[in-house]
Amino acid sequence: MEKDQDKILKNVTENEYKYGFVSDIEMDSLPKGLNEEVIRQIWKLKQEPEWMLDFRLKAYRQWQKMEMPQWPHLQIPEIDYQDIIYYAAPKKKEGPASLDEVDPELIDTFNKLGIPLEEQERLAGVAVDAVIDSQSVKTTFQETLAELGIIFCSMSDAIRDYPDLVKKYLGSVVPYSDNYFAALNSAVFGDGSFAYIPKGVRCPMELSTYFRINLADTGQFERTLIVAEEDSYVSYLEGCTAPMRDENQLHAAIVEIIVMDDAEVKYSTVQNWYPGNKEGKGGIYNFVTKRGICKGNNSKLSWTQVETGSAITWKYPSTILKGDNAIAEFYSVALTNNYQQADTGTKMIHIGKNTRSTIVSKGISAGNSNNSYRGLVKVMKKAENARNYSQCDSLLIGDQCGAHTFPYLEVDNKSAVVEHEATTSKIGEDQIFYCNQRGISTEDAIGMIVNGYAREVLNQLPMEFAVEAQKLLQISLEGSVG
Amino acid sequence: MIVVEEKLPKHPDTRILERFDNAAGGKIHPVLDRVRAAALEDFKRVGIPAKKNERYRYTDVGKLLDRPFVPLLQPHHRNFNVEEIFRCDIPTLDTLAFTVLNGFFFEEQENLVELPGGVLAGGLRQALKQVPQLVEAYLDNLISTVNDGLEALTRAVATDGFFMYVPDGVVMDKPVQLVNLVKDDKDIMVQHRSLVILGKNAQAALLICDHALSEQKFISHGLTEVFTGENSAMEITKLQNEHNSMTDLSSLFIRQERNSRVRTNTISLHGGLIRNNLHVSLQGEGAENHAYGLFLMDRQQHVDNSVFIDHAAPHCFSNQLYKGVLDDEATGAFDGKILVRPHAQKTEAFQVNKNILLTDQAKMNTKPQLEIYADDVKCTHGATVGQLDEEALFYLRSRGIHEYEARMLLMYAFAHEVIREIKIDPLQDRIHELVDKRLRGELPRCHTCLVDYNK
Amino acid sequence: MLTIKDLHAEIDGKDILKGINLEVHPGEVHAIMGPNGSGKSTLASAIVGRDYVAITQGQILYFREDLTALSPEERALKGIFLSFQYPVEIPGVSMVNFLRAAVNEQRKYKGEGPMSPSDFLKLMREKKKLVGIDSALTNRSVNEGFSGGEKKKNEIFQMAMLEPKLAILDETDSGLDIDALRTVANGVNALKKPDNATIVITHYQRLLNYIVPDYVHVLYKGKIIKSGGKELAYDLEEKGYDWLKEEYENSLNGSL
Repeated sequence: MEKDQDKILKNVTENEYKYGFVSDIEMDSLPKGLNEEVIRQIWKLKQEPEWMLDFRLKAYRQWQKMEMPQWPHLQIPEIDYQDIIYYAAPKKKEGPASLDEVDPELIDTFNKLGIPLEEQERLAGVAVDAVIDSQSVKTTFQETLAELGIIFCSMSDAIRDYPDLVKKYLGSVVPYSDNYFAALNSAVFGDGSFAYIPKGVRCPMELSTYFRINLADTGQFERTLIVAEEDSYVSYLEGCTAPMRDENQLHAAIVEIIVMDDAEVKYSTVQNWYPGNKEGKGGIYNFVTKRGICKGNNSKLSWTQVETGSAITWKYPSTILKGDNAIAEFYSVALTNNYQQADTGTKMIHIGKNTRSTIVSKGISAGNSNNSYRGLVKVMKKAENARNYSQCDSLLIGDQCGAHTFPYLEVDNKSAVVEHEATTSKIGEDQIFYCNQRGISTEDAIGMIVNGYAREVLNQLPMEFAVEAQKLLQISLEGSVG
Repeated sequence: MIVVEEKLPKHPDTRILERFDNAAGGKIHPVLDRVRAAALEDFKRVGIPAKKNERYRYTDVGKLLDRPFVPLLQPHHRNFNVEEIFRCDIPTLDTLAFTVLNGFFFEEQENLVELPGGVLAGGLRQALKQVPQLVEAYLDNLISTVNDGLEALTRAVATDGFFMYVPDGVVMDKPVQLVNLVKDDKDIMVQHRSLVILGKNAQAALLICDHALSEQKFISHGLTEVFTGENSAMEITKLQNEHNSMTDLSSLFIRQERNSRVRTNTISLHGGLIRNNLHVSLQGEGAENHAYGLFLMDRQQHVDNSVFIDHAAPHCFSNQLYKGVLDDEATGAFDGKILVRPHAQKTEAFQVNKNILLTDQAKMNTKPQLEIYADDVKCTHGATVGQLDEEALFYLRSRGIHEYEARMLLMYAFAHEVIREIKIDPLQDRIHELVDKRLRGELPRCHTCLVDYNK
Repeated sequence: MLTIKDLHAEIDGKDILKGINLEVHPGEVHAIMGPNGSGKSTLASAIVGRDYVAITQGQILYFREDLTALSPEERALKGIFLSFQYPVEIPGVSMVNFLRAAVNEQRKYKGEGPMSPSDFLKLMREKKKLVGIDSALTNRSVNEGFSGGEKKKNEIFQMAMLEPKLAILDETDSGLDIDALRTVANGVNALKKPDNATIVITHYQRLLNYIVPDYVHVLYKGKIIKSGGKELAYDLEEKGYDWLKEEYENSLNGSL
């Protein structure tokens, strides 16, 4: 029985990464390498104001003084930062205001990715900012949103059109000195998305950014900034893919979220960067700093992530619960297969009174991969009545992979109640057999069981994404089980 | 398969060696001297654990060793009788007692004591003289695999300690008690290492009591290596009841062969700074380990328990339960790790750390970790930081029990879960009593001992 | 012995009790019935002094003494006993230690010395028989791992041990099968004396077949909307609560 299972599982479909194609787009790019001159050129190419150059250079100088973090449970090969292209953008005429001006190859690319840029073809209710390498190519539904006072545009446009807002918030949650990759990003970031939800406005559609790395040897360093004013609401989605290449590519992004009194932000990610091939060759290094602050009282920030891609993931979407009664949630499914490595989790910093945080993390390890949950729950001295509950489960598929749990609970207030629970178990053979007995193939059974296991997290995703994520989990597991 | 190695800082600070005269304690015995030389090299490579070292995240050893202490590399204070200055007072507990004073075995006779069944017990230096092959076969086997600078330093410096050998099949009827005493008029640092070897099918119990007999700012670091043979059973209880200027560092290494069973209880009642490293290596199939800990801290006391359970063989079982109550401005830390190596299938490993904070100034940091490389395993861990259960408190009060008493009852019950695991009855009773007194604030340090401060 | 006057109480700022009046004399059995959410358990909590119930108006007098300023244990020592709807599990606290502490606190309050261990064990044996509780249970931690029925029996056992003047049974019948119900009720009846009183809080009439009330009160929306003899309970069993709710709502509309 087990032998058969092995055979079936080893012979099933190769792990196809269906987004692995390369598009032939005319690009403007800087030569490889990083120095102050490169930063000046990025700044010049992006036609940014003077203060941005200052911001970038400060970050760069800080970065030079820093070292790669050593603490993650990852084996990161030496990265040659001089062998990376820091700026690449599709050639453009005068800023792609209308779709006619966008390179047809680009439109085709996003069509292939299932992200049509023609608004009429889009799923109603989702506005998209499409970013390729260092440049945003098109933001849809901008006018519709503008009627409500919502700003949703590329970061470059935001720096040009809303400099005061950007200046006020950029780097306010993740300062450039925060960590090695945050400093690097702050120095060289290309584009990204900016969303501003004014007071009292409930954003009527999902806002979404789609990130695509296309060019070889480029790094992607994007930056997202979301500001939710008092009593507003927004749900934001992020998706990402990259071509299949033998070389590793670096992605070091920053996401900053500011949530004011009574406001709520829901941030969902389906991360599907190219994970490398079955032998562990190639793939994206995904080193991302995501952090939000529940600045106002009764504010709420909810992170949901489905992580299936990237060769190496280093990512801890975190929340600072500063306002009283603030609520933060972190729901995560992280799946690693073949030689993928992930060290991901969250930080919940309780500062305000009666703050609540919930962490639900589901790790799935298969193949020769290593998957770690790392999370910090910190209750500061003034955080009366803080509550945290963490549940971190790991599922192991096969005996060549690793599943690890590294929680940190730091409690400085006696009225806090902080609870962490974790389990590690193997996928249930009896469950697989039960499905088999009912005529379900082992492959499908595992897909079902894993999806069931991740249900609690997938339920947090907006509908369209949940379906996508479910498929993704199944595809990512194909050929993984022994 | 990648097992990620612990990463260490690139340039360790080893300047502290100068204060130990480069670890010179003189030549003692070739077996020990070889081990010390190797340890010195280890220390030069690793250095004192930096704050960035994940295992020492909550206890700053560097700062601790910056203090102006006097390393004690040679024995002194031989001119008094231990009985006169110290008597362990557990009336119904009949033990075979041995003493280590200021890091050196307190010899009452020249040779190792020989007990029925061929059990040998005494000082490490005595053992080096009498049974050098036995010492050589085991000494440093366990510790040398670990990259811990603090331990490397003590391995390089310590030249004496306790030794015990229990031959195959011998079941000891009395517990052995090892009393670690520190007494000096200077702020000395004492380091010692002990070796315990348990043969196949052997059984023994060891009670380790750490006491400081004068109020100086002592630093004490004791390393103990315990080897348990196939199908053997061992119970180790450690009782720490010291004063607020005492720094008590301890490292206990246990290697377990097939079907061996070991239970450790670490009870910390008083101490300025306590750091306990427990390192268990389950090397034989079917080995079983239970690690229990209880700490009750107040004032500005600090306690840090670091537990590492290494499942290196299939079908092993481990269970950790550490509970703590922190009062006043006390700080506590728990750093527990379960490692399940590839092929250690059918492992069952459990880990629980529960803590109660009684004041807003008290602080608890806990880091329960799982690192798992085998799939057919059952591992869970949990940690909580909170207060006494309000529901339970009300229930007790609604039955007419006064709030203070109700709190005591609940705290006592909280501690009971650990104490009940001490399987030597008179000792369990005594610790029950001590904990009860400790919770009521009626336990001065070293309540159990007769201490003469005038000597 | 118990006089409740115009009692208003809230939980988390929400009004739950909106003017309760109740008079209980020694020797009486009162049943308080009502639909879910009507405030029955809140009333019990207010009498025994749970701190999350905030009394905003009115008085609870017990032998003419206002209870509201007293701690829960003071109330207990004065003879008020609550059989909890959901008895909490207290791991590590043994039943014997727990009960001995409670019994001795009561003796101390009466100016008596602590009971000798052997007398105490004898008393336990006696009372265990009375309520038919398994010996094994009293060797465990308080309520830990008890089944629903065992927990309720354990409540009555404690009541037997502490011999209260005023016993409040909060949904003691919920989760009990018919045999357990009978045992529990028999226990309660056996403990009945001319100088003590019982308040039975229940949703169903079932328990009242065994513990026969002298008075039945219906609680709805934080008020007692009807009081009567035991026949009222039969009416409720037959017709449900809706007719009473309707009657009550109509009377409100009528008064507008």
